[in-house]
Amino acid sequence: MGIGRLVAVLTIHREIIEAIVAHARRDHPDEACGVVAGPVGSDAPQRHIPMENAERSTTFYRFDSTEQLRVWREMDDLDEEPVVIYHSHTATEPYPSRTDISYAGEPNAHYLLVSTRDAQTAEIRSFRIVDGQVSEEPVQLVGESMDVMRSYEESGDPHAVQSFMFGQSPAAVDYECQH
Amino acid sequence: MAIDVRIPTILRSYTGGAKAVAGAGDNLAELLTNLDGVYPGLRGRLITPEGGLHRFVNIYVNDEDVRFLGSLDAKISDGDTVTILPAVAGGAFGLAAAAAVLGR
Repeated sequence: MGIGRLVAVLTIHREIIEAIVAHARRDHPDEACGVVAGPVGSDAPQRHIPMENAERSTTFYRFDSTEQLRVWREMDDLDEEPVVIYHSHTATEPYPSRTDISYAGEPNAHYLLVSTRDAQTAEIRSFRIVDGQVSEEPVQLVGESMDVMRSYEESGDPHAVQSFMFGQSPAAVDYECQH
Repeated sequence: MAIDVRIPTILRSYTGGAKAVAGAGDNLAELLTNLDGVYPGLRGRLITPEGGLHRFVNIYVNDEDVRFLGSLDAKISDGDTVTILPAVAGGAFGLAAAAAVLGR
């Protein structure tokens, strides 16, 4: 299954993370889900594709099968693959549930979970799930834009301010940005 | 002519890495039996021991999910494309509870 090419870190642009968190906030308290596509074999997530949660549920998500076929064909035509598959947990920690593990069917994908249980700070964690085995990996952001965040804060719009917390546990936070 | 079958990454270990294979059959059940003769084990990843379509996969005939076409009875003709994708689903709810509530 090409374990050798798995990179034990998710490297992703900050603006894509911001877009994913915005999607999760928009759909809260329902779970939000989607994909970030990138060139086959590149491990580089580039194209954010928010998907419908066909279940419209606070505790379950499922890609709409017709939308999924369209998106997967489009990726195929562009020589892309799903580099990141994300969804939100809206009341619990961002850790894969037994349901998440049993469904994980893209061995090359990073499974990104966002928790929106806290209204100010989104918790973000990333996992590989292969053959039912879960391994957590750090999330490394590129394109840091703290100035942009501060300028939102100064604009006085409380909804524009969003903090992220990445990490494997509160004792091992890889990156933290609190306002 | 044959039926063009698209294989997802996770099942390519059964097809020697092939992304697309050719199959035959008048309906989905026949096609999967035909494919299993050439790629042993493939059918077992798509069909439950009870004989239904596995909830972890989506199968399409051309543009249509077979769940809307009679599932394993879905009619197939030469020249059709059958696409297999992993269903993308999950969530905070436990598997057993979700299956019970959703009746799947």
